[in-house]
Amino acid sequence: MDVFPYLVAGWVFLVGCYGLATSRNLIHAVGCLSVCQAGTYVLLLTVGYRDGATAPVFSDLKPGSRPVVDPVVQALTLTDVVVGATVTALLLALVVQISKRHGTVDPDELSELRG
Amino acid sequence: MDASLPLLVAVPLLGAALLVAGGRLMPRLVAETVGCAVSAGTAALALVLLLNCSPPFLEWAGGWTPVDGQSVGIVLTGDGPGLGMAALASLLTLAALAYSWHYFDEPPRGHAGSFPALLLLFQGGMCGFAIAGDLFNAFVWFELMSVVAYALTGHRVEEARAVQGALTFAVVTSLGAYAMLMGIGLLYARTGQLGMHQIGRGLDAHGRPDALVLAAFVLVMTALLVKSASVPFHFWLPDAHAVAPTPVCMLLSGVMVELGVFGVWRVYGTVFSGPGGVPAPEFERALVVLGALTAVIGAVMCWYQRHIKRLLAYSTVAHTGLFLIGIGVLKPEADDGIALYVLGHAGVKAALFACTGILLDRYGSVDEHALYGRARELKGVAVLFVLGALGLAGLPPFGTALGKSVTEEAVGGPLTVLYVAASAVTAAAVLRVAARVFGGLGPRPEGGSGYETTGSGERPETRHRLSRIPDTMTAVPAVLLAGAVTVGVAPGFAKVVAHSVNETGSAGVFTSVHWTPAGVLLGLLSTLLAGALALLAVTRPKPFTALDRALWLRRLQSGHVGDYVAWVLVGTTVLGALTLPGMLGG
Repeated sequence: MDVFPYLVAGWVFLVGCYGLATSRNLIHAVGCLSVCQAGTYVLLLTVGYRDGATAPVFSDLKPGSRPVVDPVVQALTLTDVVVGATVTALLLALVVQISKRHGTVDPDELSELRG
Repeated sequence: MDASLPLLVAVPLLGAALLVAGGRLMPRLVAETVGCAVSAGTAALALVLLLNCSPPFLEWAGGWTPVDGQSVGIVLTGDGPGLGMAALASLLTLAALAYSWHYFDEPPRGHAGSFPALLLLFQGGMCGFAIAGDLFNAFVWFELMSVVAYALTGHRVEEARAVQGALTFAVVTSLGAYAMLMGIGLLYARTGQLGMHQIGRGLDAHGRPDALVLAAFVLVMTALLVKSASVPFHFWLPDAHAVAPTPVCMLLSGVMVELGVFGVWRVYGTVFSGPGGVPAPEFERALVVLGALTAVIGAVMCWYQRHIKRLLAYSTVAHTGLFLIGIGVLKPEADDGIALYVLGHAGVKAALFACTGILLDRYGSVDEHALYGRARELKGVAVLFVLGALGLAGLPPFGTALGKSVTEEAVGGPLTVLYVAASAVTAAAVLRVAARVFGGLGPRPEGGSGYETTGSGERPETRHRLSRIPDTMTAVPAVLLAGAVTVGVAPGFAKVVAHSVNETGSAGVFTSVHWTPAGVLLGLLSTLLAGALALLAVTRPKPFTALDRALWLRRLQSGHVGDYVAWVLVGTTVLGALTLPGMLGG
């Protein structure tokens, strides 16, 4: 198996982390978290990939006639997408509230909780 | 009996759905009573299952049992530790609902059921995580539990601090969860399995551990250590606890953080403990180093807080460190001790938060300095608060003392000193607060570094400031403290806990757990130390405030989400570095 997609997955995850750590805007930070999550999608789909295989839908396919990709990781990825949508929605809602209450979405200016 | 295992998750979820759907039509009292009834029912179910769980049972949801060792089904494990954590989570949810019953902040019109529904969802997530037998479902329950916890932390969306704390909590924990998913993906790539036992066997069949196993271990552990607030993954916890409503704090500190520790124990024990996983000395080194660091930093930071909720939050961090050391030494006795310690700690810590909630709702402040001498009239609450502090210090016969003494004996050596010191310092801080707030002892505290969250001028969580403390709010901490004592004194209770932990954890090595003279003496010693330290701090505050040696440590707690993310990455790297050497040589 080619190692390249795994490196891409790790790279995407780390890029997201870098963005989170240096972000100056909370909406951007939430986007970066989604980038991290995209790294997990890439990894999961890479794990299930098979050369020359088709989608694991057996409505018009005789079982055993062709190689298919691993449906388990696709199910995992779909679950992950659902989880991610929830988290992102909740985070963006929190950012909206932060913007209303603090009047800013710059994490550098949020200094009420410290020490 | 086996088939009722999924009900532990299904009942709270259905209860939450009912409350969400019918909350508009229900009057407030009905909605809250339904919430209490559902969580009590789940707690009863968990206890019944717990009493019948020997031998442990497995449940393949939907009958998807493995074929030729290959499984695609969802497996639930009903063993002593898992069901015990589920029962603890259910009981604490019931306590939190009872505490907030009728008096908690008026919900918006037509949303009477929203808060109990969220608590029930939280309970469902925690129960699911406790009994999850495969890693991906553990991740899903982890996320459910986390998302509900973010929502509950930011429940008072009108408060500027609440939304900030909730956002920090959400970003850091979600990042950890995605790291865990990466790790699960790697493990699936190696073994083609998702069940924890099946992954463990697959790793062993593959032979010696390699870089992939190390990476998977580090990634999965990152999420669990973020959840359990181990240093340097702990930064979200004080911020979240400072802003979360009191009933939520009781759950966060009492059981959710401990579920992270439980996850570390479960995942290492079933997935990575075989010859194809992470060697025992590496795991021990990593956890003992991180645990010791956590205990020390948690205790020091706890001492310097004046915001009472933050102080209690840091005390949770310190105790998490002790839990991590206990499970890190990989001895069956230490596992038993930690199980008892977690039970006792849940009761004591939840009771302390409940008392703090009373202060907040009556005086509109949780600042030690602003509250100086104001709570003299609350005699009953003062007694509960001091009892909680003594339980935290490990005064026999509290369950915390029994668990701590058993663990101390198992870990031995200099780590015993750490156990005594960390519990003494955290308890001393709580005693200091009690002396100043309820007793008005010592000179009026003043000053501070300026670099801190004070906790004054908070909005009470009840409709109005309380003029009379409702009975439910004092009964709940009293019952919780009684529970913490029962863990220590009920005859045979400790043996049952030890038996059920050993049955799962240590391959048939059964140990006996009981009070020992040395353990009692150590418990008394840490209580005395705590008392002396508190007395010194109250009567002679000058040397403590003038020499703020921990200022650099407090500056790390900047409230900036980017900093916390960077610390998570540092922690992941440290975890990898601590685990790496044996993998190279092995």
